[in-house]
Amino acid sequence: MTRTDPLDVPRPHAQLHFGVFFQGVNHWTIWSDPAGGSQIDPANFRRVAQRAERGLFDAFFLGEGLRLREVDGRIHELDVAGRPDAVTQLAALAAVTDRIGLVSTSNTTFNEPADLARRLSGLDLLSAGRAGWNVVTTDNAWTGANFRRGGHLDHADRYRRAEEFLTVARAIWDGWKDGAVSGSPGAPSWSAPDAVRQVRHRGAQFDVDLAPTLPRSPQGHPVIFQAGDSGEGRDFAARNADVIFSAHGNDFDDALAFADDVRRRLRAVGRPEDDLRILPGTEIIIGATEAEALEKKRWIRLQQVTPATALGVAGLLWGLDLSDRDADGPLPKEDPVVAENDGSFGARRVADPREAVAEWRQKAETNGWSLRETVINLGPQRGHVGTPAGLADRFTRYVRHGAVDGFNITPYLIPDGLDDIVDLLVPELQERGVYRTRYTGTTLREHLGLREPRGAREPLGASAERPGAG
Amino acid sequence: MSGPALRLALEIDGDGAHPAAWRRAAHSPDHLLTPRRVAGVAAAAENAGFTLVTLDDGALPPGSAPDVVGRIGAVERAAFLAASTSVVGVAPVVPVTYAEPFHVSGQLASLDHISVGRAGWVVGDEPAPAAARAWGRPLVDGTAARTREAGDGIDVTRALWDSWEDDAVIRSVATSRYLDRDRLHYVDFTGGTYTVKGPAIVPRPPQGQLVVLGRPDAVPAGRLDVALVGGPDLAAVTAAAARAEAPRTFAEVEVALDTPHAAAEDRVADLERHAPWTQRGRLRYTGGATGLIALLAELTGVVDGVRLHPLVLDEDLPVLSRLVIPALVERRLAVRPLPAATLRAHLGLERPANRHAVAVPAAPEETR
Repeated sequence: MTRTDPLDVPRPHAQLHFGVFFQGVNHWTIWSDPAGGSQIDPANFRRVAQRAERGLFDAFFLGEGLRLREVDGRIHELDVAGRPDAVTQLAALAAVTDRIGLVSTSNTTFNEPADLARRLSGLDLLSAGRAGWNVVTTDNAWTGANFRRGGHLDHADRYRRAEEFLTVARAIWDGWKDGAVSGSPGAPSWSAPDAVRQVRHRGAQFDVDLAPTLPRSPQGHPVIFQAGDSGEGRDFAARNADVIFSAHGNDFDDALAFADDVRRRLRAVGRPEDDLRILPGTEIIIGATEAEALEKKRWIRLQQVTPATALGVAGLLWGLDLSDRDADGPLPKEDPVVAENDGSFGARRVADPREAVAEWRQKAETNGWSLRETVINLGPQRGHVGTPAGLADRFTRYVRHGAVDGFNITPYLIPDGLDDIVDLLVPELQERGVYRTRYTGTTLREHLGLREPRGAREPLGASAERPGAG
Repeated sequence: MSGPALRLALEIDGDGAHPAAWRRAAHSPDHLLTPRRVAGVAAAAENAGFTLVTLDDGALPPGSAPDVVGRIGAVERAAFLAASTSVVGVAPVVPVTYAEPFHVSGQLASLDHISVGRAGWVVGDEPAPAAARAWGRPLVDGTAARTREAGDGIDVTRALWDSWEDDAVIRSVATSRYLDRDRLHYVDFTGGTYTVKGPAIVPRPPQGQLVVLGRPDAVPAGRLDVALVGGPDLAAVTAAAARAEAPRTFAEVEVALDTPHAAAEDRVADLERHAPWTQRGRLRYTGGATGLIALLAELTGVVDGVRLHPLVLDEDLPVLSRLVIPALVERRLAVRPLPAATLRAHLGLERPANRHAVAVPAAPEETR
């Protein structure tokens, strides 16, 4: 990259935002090393959240599990698993953190609006306006086997349900007028007489009638995150989200193309381009020199992609049980089996396995890679590798050109995987003027530089307005 | 029996047991739903020497205008205050009349991890038809149906808590396996109205099983660790405690105490001008600290503990803290919880072996 006038970029003052994602259920959390700590000990959650807060991150994220992953009908054993309920864990972290946003991944298919909206609202109040909700959907009966609701939601209906869920949730969050509760000890009534508006909603997905039990938080509503990558998912985000996650953060051109596409969709629904923050997920590996960073990456990949994991990743691509093969040998000779995804191993990323296998074969042959080396080089790991200064230059370019607004970082080690980022990368970014040097706001919405929540700006379609509830 | 000394629990929802309690609270109404208030009451209860705090909840507002109509979810409050206390047990009320038991079990197991073994669950009940409308679910109609839902909810929740054996995370580098699937179990629960596959997402709670509390008349027999028994007088409480088929019994006691500023009777009368303190068939004591100490002394040997419902938390809790609990402890009529022990240990309950464990270990108390 040639150096140019720092102001000669599309967004000369754009700031980078970091979030941290505590563990998914996938093979990039290293558990085999002694530094890989407990995935359930509350001290580790506290430590990661407090470390991220010291690094002035916008948000701490937790994922959601609704069923343990399976391969061929048996529980998958190779990766970290077992985690706390997100909202519950975040409510605890609200007590031991001060500024960082607390974002829960929560599913709209297997929750009900009255319950989840209230739980998120409670988190928002306990954290004084730091709650976020990563809205996810599920459509498979395999997950439904753990729920009363059970059954299968039609694929097309999952976004309809999510959208209607959000409509009801927003009506619940807007159910109390601002200043509804008396600030005076001698007040004749605890709340103003018409302070609470009953939420009545009758739609294709929900038929509810309830009195909301909580006021708006200091940030109005929890901040809405969304991670859909399909066209439908991107449109959903453009209509509903404050922040969009993606897997488009590791290549500049790809990230920019994604961001431009999202901005186009925002314009199409009548929202300003800067109304949505774009935070791709990524992994960041830091070394004192480029060579050291690459050496570290090599070690990390070997920890992440054990021979058994390599066979598992390849097995998913091929649609075959390859667990008895030799990971250090060549790729399987067979053609892949194309099967329908029942959801038992999460969403598959590969559209056409035959095409992907052909590419794997060609590259393995050209480079002389074993199966394990092929998985390491072509598998789903993703991220940025470099020196603190090199990464800071790279990320400055990303954000100033509008390719991203920041990154949602998945540490490869819990609980200390953020140390390099906080201690080495953040100061370099601050020096370049692309990263905050202190929190200037108190709410997650303020950290992200977002406007007032949607409900406050737009008329609600959800609820019949009638005062006097409660 | 855990010995004659009582374990003391305190209900800390809202501003107190009286619907108009907020009128005598030491803070303005808009302070109730704040983190400072939630943490402050819990800290006061912990410092006073309570073994357990409980937090009432439900889908509907806690009261109706002109009284308090706002409430933060009990699980969220419990998690928040578990992280800001270190000794006191924490038990949210969670009804399973309409909730998803898979979520409830995960939330409660998480609370036990967060509190390092100090969590309990007060099994709730949502009888009002308005609760069904709030949830958007068909009405669970009648006591028998609600009791069935409570029983199913407890059974599947307990099964999910056992669905991970304690040593399911093996971190076997040699075999590349983080988990041992043989130590994870499908629960394959079939209840009256639904099924749940399992296993849980959350590993087994530190206590193995959380302490499950509830009203014995609202839950099928044999499900509870602690029966919360009512009765308007000592004879009724004694009879109810004898009937309760649970390892431990706690008596429900509503209290209004004399404070340095006002007599208990006057405080009650002041609130009664605004709203009646509805009788819920529980012991009710109105008067000085000495009389309450005498009443609680009579309850030792009858029950294992008491759950106190103060008229106004801000007024009665300081009196409990300064006068009542020190006197009870001094006379060995009540015990304070010890640091670094689980709620089960405080109640003299063993850590249960996992139903799936092949060899039953000696089950030492969890005190990590």
